[in-house]
Amino acid sequence: MIGLLRNRKLREAVTQAVAVSVVATIVVAMVINARATLDAQSLTTGFGFLRRSTGWDFSFSVLPYTISGTYSRTILIGILNTLLLGFLGLLGATLLGTLIGLIRTSGNYLFSLLGTIYVETFRNVPLILQAVFWYAIVSHLPRPRSAISLADAVFVSGRGVYFPVFNIGLFSVAIMGALIISWILILSWHKRRIDRPSAYHQIKVFGWLALAVIIIAIGYFAHTTGTPILDIPYLKGLNFAGGMRMPPELTALVIAISLYGGAYIGEVMLAGLMSVPKGQIEAGLVSGLSNFHIFSRIRMPLAIRSIFPALTNQYVQLMKATTIGIVVGFSDLFMIISTSINQSGQTLELLALLMGGFLLINLTIAFVMNTINRKIALKGYEVKG
Amino acid sequence: MRLKAELVESQKTYQSPPVESTVNKLRRRLFNSPLDTVITITSGFLIAYLIANAIDWIFLSSIWSAEDEPLCREATGACWSVIDARHRIIIFGLFPYDEHWRSTLACIIMIGTIVASCFSWFWTTVRLGLLWIIGFGIFYVLMHGGIFGLSVITPERWGGLALTIFIFASVSIIGMPLSVVLALGRRAKLPVIARMVGLFIDFFRSLPLLTILFTTAVITPFVLPGWLLGDKLYRVIAGFAIFFACYQAENIRAGLQATPSGQDEAALTLGLNYWQRVSRIQLPQAFRYSLPAIVNQFVITFKETSIVTIVGFFEILASGAAAYGTGQWTVHYVEVYAFIGFIYFMFVFSLSRYGAYLEKKLRVGHV
Repeated sequence: MIGLLRNRKLREAVTQAVAVSVVATIVVAMVINARATLDAQSLTTGFGFLRRSTGWDFSFSVLPYTISGTYSRTILIGILNTLLLGFLGLLGATLLGTLIGLIRTSGNYLFSLLGTIYVETFRNVPLILQAVFWYAIVSHLPRPRSAISLADAVFVSGRGVYFPVFNIGLFSVAIMGALIISWILILSWHKRRIDRPSAYHQIKVFGWLALAVIIIAIGYFAHTTGTPILDIPYLKGLNFAGGMRMPPELTALVIAISLYGGAYIGEVMLAGLMSVPKGQIEAGLVSGLSNFHIFSRIRMPLAIRSIFPALTNQYVQLMKATTIGIVVGFSDLFMIISTSINQSGQTLELLALLMGGFLLINLTIAFVMNTINRKIALKGYEVKG
Repeated sequence: MRLKAELVESQKTYQSPPVESTVNKLRRRLFNSPLDTVITITSGFLIAYLIANAIDWIFLSSIWSAEDEPLCREATGACWSVIDARHRIIIFGLFPYDEHWRSTLACIIMIGTIVASCFSWFWTTVRLGLLWIIGFGIFYVLMHGGIFGLSVITPERWGGLALTIFIFASVSIIGMPLSVVLALGRRAKLPVIARMVGLFIDFFRSLPLLTILFTTAVITPFVLPGWLLGDKLYRVIAGFAIFFACYQAENIRAGLQATPSGQDEAALTLGLNYWQRVSRIQLPQAFRYSLPAIVNQFVITFKETSIVTIVGFFEILASGAAAYGTGQWTVHYVEVYAFIGFIYFMFVFSLSRYGAYLEKKLRVGHV
């Protein structure tokens, strides 16, 4: 027996078998226990409840909804809300972060100090605190009657931000988006097939012009006759009518995520821009390029390749951070799921949906970013992380 | 002869690279071109404006004492009366009023433990372990009571800064050893174990922290038998610690991979067994490589403790909201958030500066 234990291969096999059976036992015990608890509370398992109607209201929705909507539709709205918040937050964070990265690499002491003050202030305070702070600020803005107005078209009030919107319906907007995306894809596919840059340039310019004409035409014909194309908000009684409303919850979260994420992405941009070898920039100087050309043709293209992996990481982190939306009552996926759990009692199924939803979103971000990263990788140029 | 003299002369000239004078450097970095000058002056004004306004708001035109609250309506600065009146709620939460000294002392001891573990004298397993067990033990005894004539105060009544520090400390004390186990498990030679641990780590890393805390608070009653449940606070801390350990394990694994494989092979030829190699050769070097990343993870964890407020705990953010939630204080939310933000900033900023200092110090001797 002891002789057998001395055999390394056998010992390893036994260790692994024991580990697997311990884990399996724990999982089986958990499942049995969950079964017993569910039976004791006489709860039905399964995803049948998704077709039931919810009967409760929530604060914000991208799609039109009623309180008698089904659970599946409500959860879909939760996912779309999370995606909208994530998109706006990441967009703001990327723009701010790029700006801060540029400011901090400017070489001007005072100017980069300004960037450092920003980064240190917003990176060292928890995001959730910033979110409640901005929510307190945004919801204490003046009432609609005394709203801050920008050119009488955009109104900022404690009830939300109202801005004008094209009155053409969601469906035609979706068609326009699909057209633009497919044209960009065709263009990038076409670029690899054509040898003459001038021919490609011609196709590009004409294509964009044609697309613009088509989109304007769709917009013109899609809007309901008799109504103005541009729907401008106006004061009606105690509130605004018309236009589009961005609720204070969403505004506060977008501000908080943009500022917080901007500080982190600013650091990523700084590190990326600093990682470009000095020799490359000096070579550009020697070749007589202007500062702008050195930046746009040498520094940025090289930096972007070391920025991408870190940026992917930041995007995934920020996307996960959107779950804090619940502290200000924004109906994102997490809030919808936790309300559903309270209302329907289908805890395990809803939690699986929540985890699955986040897994899907994060894997998609990682997949898209990694694909771009692979596409733009330079052969033979080693990126320093 | 002349040639040699010339050579000596030229060596003198080229001995060291030219040093730029401070004035010249400042001129180049501030007034390099007309546009640069404009940018310098504008940002100089902006920084001066920010600092002047901040000083004015915080110190000069602010109201400090609780009795002067009515004056706040006219004052242009901060109304620190709300902090003066309500700071006990913010810092101690629902802790009984007469026992606040215990909470204060406990916080000071825990902060002292954290500061002490920043000194490299403590960086051995025994010393660090002892320091944390003693520090954490005193903290727990002071907060919980029950012995030495201290009255018992159950975790439901803990709150404010003490709860934040308690969660941070217990997540670190559970998570750190667990992260070493996970990192070693993922690098194990046994393929099944390595796969399982890898799957475990990746699963927890792909989920938001809030989901995990929510799961441990709400789901565990379903899947765990009653005798294993414990208080909701301990369950949430356990979930948080696993989440922390999964991130920290990846940092340690990066350090293990950065250690040259020759080190381990040398130990192998000397006849050291697995545990000796791990504890004497691999881990010490791995920690040296990944120490900045590990400190950074602590920084992030301290900020993330604020998330437990969502699953219903009365830590410093929630107690801050309670502090301005009543009566005449409702208008002074900005001051309360500024105060809490300042507390977080002090902790997080000093920890992250420490991390930056370590990164600089440990880079010596490496390219």
